[in-house]
Amino acid sequence: MNSPKLAATSGDREAWPALMELATREVFQLMLGCELTQPAEEAIASPSVTSMVGLAGKLCGVMSVHCDDKAAALMTSKMLGVPLDNVGADISDALGEICNMVAGNFKNKISGLSDGCMLSPPTVVMGSNYSTYAMADSPALQVRVLFEGRPVIISLQIHS
Amino acid sequence: MPVRVLIVDDSSVMRKIVERSLRQAGLDLAQVLEAGNGAEALTALQANAIDLILCDINMPVMDGLEFIKQLPGVENAKGVPVIMITTEGSEAHVVQALSCGARGYIRKPFTPEQVKTQVIPVLADKS
Repeated sequence: MNSPKLAATSGDREAWPALMELATREVFQLMLGCELTQPAEEAIASPSVTSMVGLAGKLCGVMSVHCDDKAAALMTSKMLGVPLDNVGADISDALGEICNMVAGNFKNKISGLSDGCMLSPPTVVMGSNYSTYAMADSPALQVRVLFEGRPVIISLQIHS
Repeated sequence: MPVRVLIVDDSSVMRKIVERSLRQAGLDLAQVLEAGNGAEALTALQANAIDLILCDINMPVMDGLEFIKQLPGVENAKGVPVIMITTEGSEAHVVQALSCGARGYIRKPFTPEQVKTQVIPVLADKS
């Protein structure tokens, strides 16, 4: 995304949740053709798909996208422009790319991070009973949105 | 004019999206070759003449910058424009890609219109 200007500096972390949400909204708007709706207060009881991208350099941590399997399938369908029934093998790849673009779009909005922070290849976990733990030393920044009425959580665990 | 394209990205989903964006940009695609990294792309170029390459930067085995550095030694790639499509959005990455020989740079996420804006001029220059 060609942002007209950088919205924050790497030391301005209070602005980061808003930038995470903006980065996410842009990815869904441009790549899926969807407008995310107002943040959902409800948590996902048990996310069944988690996509993660590591960040290293001036910012170390993990950006992740959590949703349920129906939301993941619908995201893939919208992204590829194919019927929902035809997305099976592409779900993990699509969710990995979404997280990768959210992480990249986020860091590109922060002065000092665009050049100084690298992204890892995405990792996608799919299942029914799992937890993810990051060795972070501060609470995760979280953004909650609704995609086609289904909750999606974007999380940033930061290592100092 | 029908165009032969090589799309290089380690994500098969992204390769499909790039192809769809090219069609939405109005290109008549005569042939679409896909590769999952730079090494696969070099192999594909040994046997195929093409008109345009769209290439990610961060890929396993051989990344996009190393790939375009090797293109001058590939007969089928001589004079073929390369456009990078990547999440890396810093000015340093853009400068590095252009200095390695890329003709354009598209940041993910992107619109079909952004693809069109980059692709049409370089194809016009080539012809």
